Amino acid sequence: MSTNRPLATALPPRFRRPSLFTCAIVLTFLVLFVQGAMATNVTFERLLRGIVNLGHFLGRAFPPDLSNLDVLAWSMFETLNIAIVGVTIGIILSLPFALLSARNTAPAPWVRTLTRFIVSTMRTIPDLIWALIFVVAVGLGPMAGVLAIIMDTIGFAARFFSERIEEVHPGPSEALSATGAGKLSVIGGAILPETLASMTATSLYSVEKALRSAVTLGLVGAGGIGVELAAAMRLFNFDRALTIILLILVVVIGFEQLSSQIRKRVI
Amino acid sequence: MNAITITELHKYYAKLHVLRGLNLSVNQGECVILLGANGCGKSTLMRCLNGLAPHDQGSIQILGEPLTRLSPAQLRRLRQKIGVVFQQFNLVQNVSVFQNVLYGALGQQRLGLLTSLSCFATAELRERAMAALERVGLAHKAQAECRALSGGQQQRVAIARTLMQDAEIIIADEPVASLDPKAGREIMDLLLDVVTERGMTVLCTLHQLELAQQYGDRIVGMKAGKIVLDAPRQQVALDDMQQLYQGETRVDQPLLSATSRLTPVTH
Ligand SMILES: Nc1ncnc2c1ncn2[C@@H]1O[C@H](COP(=O)(O)OP(=O)(O)O)[C@@H](O)[C@H]1O
Ligand SMILES: [Mg+2]
Repeated sequence: MSTNRPLATALPPRFRRPSLFTCAIVLTFLVLFVQGAMATNVTFERLLRGIVNLGHFLGRAFPPDLSNLDVLAWSMFETLNIAIVGVTIGIILSLPFALLSARNTAPAPWVRTLTRFIVSTMRTIPDLIWALIFVVAVGLGPMAGVLAIIMDTIGFAARFFSERIEEVHPGPSEALSATGAGKLSVIGGAILPETLASMTATSLYSVEKALRSAVTLGLVGAGGIGVELAAAMRLFNFDRALTIILLILVVVIGFEQLSSQIRKRVI
Repeated sequence: MNAITITELHKYYAKLHVLRGLNLSVNQGECVILLGANGCGKSTLMRCLNGLAPHDQGSIQILGEPLTRLSPAQLRRLRQKIGVVFQQFNLVQNVSVFQNVLYGALGQQRLGLLTSLSCFATAELRERAMAALERVGLAHKAQAECRALSGGQQQRVAIARTLMQDAEIIIADEPVASLDPKAGREIMDLLLDVVTERGMTVLCTLHQLELAQQYGDRIVGMKAGKIVLDAPRQQVALDDMQQLYQGETRVDQPLLSATSRLTPVTH
């Protein structure tokens, strides 16, 4: 098909030449990848052997060991306790952190900077490491787990809360300030009602996240079902381990279903 | 005593000189209509009057009280006397119409939000809020969601909110600019009625010259941060008002000179 462009200007090239910066980044990444793959000894042969081993594991794990279910149920219950207590306290604490770190509600810029720093520290340190720290501080058991979940929840929820708070329409807050309302009244009267639905959704995600964390925290001795799982694996009781994994699956998936039902209703 | 006395008022937003030595006084019980092109500083002037935007030089007296060096508590007490009606109504979504009216009392309540919430407010306060809603003709919408109301109805709720303040001055910043002509007239009628009943003073910006002539006792015109017209309604001709929209009206870079700098395209 012929087109008749009046002027013989050149077509734009199909590809633009990448910038030096892009080349450097891509090259560095490739080098890191190849070097990493060699250093971590990723080979096809080992992968095959791994699959065979997994087959052995599954063979020995079936049928799952259903004895002592009451002990497992009790540990699972402890995991739920850790998650619920930790996440509840975490979310309650997230609100003041969020208000102090949101641009439109922070009392002063330095408070905002400080709070944001604290919150991002809480977020940057993974939950397992928090658990290790608190196991040292308060000893083995569920309390260390609860504290770890509190930290993890604040790191996550305070950030999302404060982002939502920064998005509120300034109009209603201004209207309430104009009636002579104090700062707290404006926050409670205009900002919270607008952000409540989104904060509820974030809180539900936090509960899901906390539940998954609480399961793994036991691996480092911070209480709950993870302790049982770690023990079963270490003693090669794979049938018992499978029971635990299935139990975790049922509880976590069950809760995610429930949470998404609630979320649908609030939003 | 004047309701509002403004002398040599200057206001800057960073380097932008918005109010440029502005003088204006409004008598008690008077309805002053403020006219001026977009960007001439009307909203800024209104925000200076209740301290939402602190001014830089000059003085403002509200009901004989100077608006400088007020403690936060004093400023809030002053704001209670000034009801503000906004172009975008600025109602709080996700709470009821009734609650929005109750918010008008936020400044008067010693416990702030706590005693202004519908569930905790005194019976007397709830009665007053209902009376305010009845006055604006929306008693039957008390439990409705704000978003379910038309623009005109939302503006009525906003007026009811200022009634709860027992304000002595009403500042209305383009209260009918988001409404159709009929709803706009209804709102102006309502506003002027309640203001006359209570002997309140009004400072109101409008863009409709015919409304200005109908409702204003006095017409004040602004151009580029200064008052350039100030006369009783009877002495202001349509032509005088139209002059306000000609020439350099804005306080920021005028759009006209920006376009005239464009060089003509030559082929
Ligand atoms: N919060 C603010 N920060 C910076 N500049 C502002 C702010 N509010 C208004 N301005 C600027 O001040 C000028 C006057 O605005 P405004 O008072 O809203 O005018 P009007 O209400 O007459 O249209 C405009 O140029 C506007 O961009
Ligand atoms: Mg304006």
